[in-house]
Amino acid sequence: MARLHVESTINGEAQEFLCDANQSLLDVLRDELGLTGTKEGCGTGDCGACSVLVDGRLVCSCLMLGVEASGAQVETIEGIAGDEGLHPLQNAFLENAALQCGICTPGFIVASKALLEKHPNPDESTIRYWLAGNLCRCTGYDKIIRAVQDAAAKMSHPA
Amino acid sequence: MESYGYVAPSSIAEVLAVLNESTGAGQMTQLLAGGSDVLVQMRMPNHQPRTIVDIKKLAETNRLEVGAEGIYIGAAVSSAVMNEHQGLQKAMPGLLEAGDLIGSTQVQGRATICGNLCNASPAGDSIPALIAAGGICDIATATGSREMPVEDFVIGVGKNALMDGEFLLGVKFAMPNANTKDAYLRFTPRTEMDIAVAGVGVRVSVENGVCTDARVSIGAVAPTALLVSEAANALIGSTLDDVALEAAGQACKNIASPISDKRGTAEYRQKVVAVLCKRAIAIAHKRALEN
Ligand SMILES: Cc1cc2nc3c(=O)[nH]c(=O)nc-3n(C[C@H](O)[C@H](O)[C@H](O)COP(=O)(O)OP(=O)(O)OC[C@H]3O[C@@H](n4cnc5c(N)ncnc54)[C@H](O)[C@@H]3O)c2cc1C
Ligand code: FES
Ligand code: FES
Repeated sequence: MARLHVESTINGEAQEFLCDANQSLLDVLRDELGLTGTKEGCGTGDCGACSVLVDGRLVCSCLMLGVEASGAQVETIEGIAGDEGLHPLQNAFLENAALQCGICTPGFIVASKALLEKHPNPDESTIRYWLAGNLCRCTGYDKIIRAVQDAAAKMSHPA
Repeated sequence: MESYGYVAPSSIAEVLAVLNESTGAGQMTQLLAGGSDVLVQMRMPNHQPRTIVDIKKLAETNRLEVGAEGIYIGAAVSSAVMNEHQGLQKAMPGLLEAGDLIGSTQVQGRATICGNLCNASPAGDSIPALIAAGGICDIATATGSREMPVEDFVIGVGKNALMDGEFLLGVKFAMPNANTKDAYLRFTPRTEMDIAVAGVGVRVSVENGVCTDARVSIGAVAPTALLVSEAANALIGSTLDDVALEAAGQACKNIASPISDKRGTAEYRQKVVAVLCKRAIAIAHKRALEN
């Protein structure tokens, strides 16, 4: 069967790609578009490493077909840093040593960005529940939670 | 079929036409809502290629209406969208509780309660909540539409009552009055991202301190979620005192026929379902008084 032609906006830029009907958005990002910042931990919705924003909504890109991104605005980890440099969340993850191997980090940062857009000053339990679908085998989570709190503080009171 | 196909029709008639043509040609189709079950199933080694019919582009499946005439939740409405609807938060806190337990923030960004219902897992969290809330399935058929109470929709493990060529458009409810409130509780080994050992959905109406109507439904303790009318009967006419709650819990325990697995033994599930029933009623009762 012929591959499907899809047009969508990825990190603010119009993109066209071809994909198979059963190809996930995650596979399209990584294999068709070379956007390998989005990671695959499980492929079944359990780990959150593949987190992206679709029309502003936090989703697992492994649980969506690439063709479902047709006409949508997709934001991946590659689109988080601005022209002025790293996003406050990215800096906070570095400063708080909130990563070790790093495979979970893009997913945590994308998910945390969506959290802070909805709840600019989340308490610890809100952060932990929001990020319950992001798994990390290295850090033990505490440093990640602290990094998110730190970024939230810096974003609401820029130095 | 050798490879997968994908279509995203924009009208009910088009969806029905695709389903009808494929059935006629002996080809497999699968409806796609949020995809949180479908994409996981597609990764299974023996999954047969088929045409995926995305129902998210229809105006009808995106309906989310809360008004005096009633409540309508379309089959494409995600839990995340439901959670943000203030009218729904007020009218059906229990149904939202169930949707909010399905997977992570990411999963809820896509997953629908109608997909959960169609998937018909014994542990599907929205099913007891939908039954307790008195949900009616709005089904699109070749000749128009038909309706069916949610408690009749799931007919076995992974099996629903849809016939070839039909699909679920949404679920509808009468608008609950201010003294009528629902609640859903489940028990899982982990507080987030786990599958229910037992789940209980309840709805109670309270007037002048007396329970005038009740619905109780249990999940994960039988092949399908069940409406427990004996539990409701124990509550109606009472002040929702301890004796009534105890009797309702006992009725749930009696009707449950759970399996034993790694999440808990049958005996344990029976105990838990009785406790959850009592706690869920207490929560719904409190909500009805606060209205
Ligand atoms: C990480 C993870 C955690 C999860 N946790 C839970 C949990 O805690 N509790 C729980 O109950 N579930 C859980 N699930 C399962 C799943 O998320 C739910 O069943 C979800 O509600 C399904 O909705 P959906 O819109 O994604 O359905 P889809 O995957 O799109 O569809 C589900 C099934 O219904 C059929 N279908 C969909 N829409 C229609 C329609 N309109 N008419 C007819 N058939 C239709 C599909 O063909 C498919 O067979 C989890 C899944 C994942 C990946
Ligand atoms: S790769 Fe998508 S959730 Fe794990
Ligand atoms: S840093 Fe290794 S999994 Fe999180």
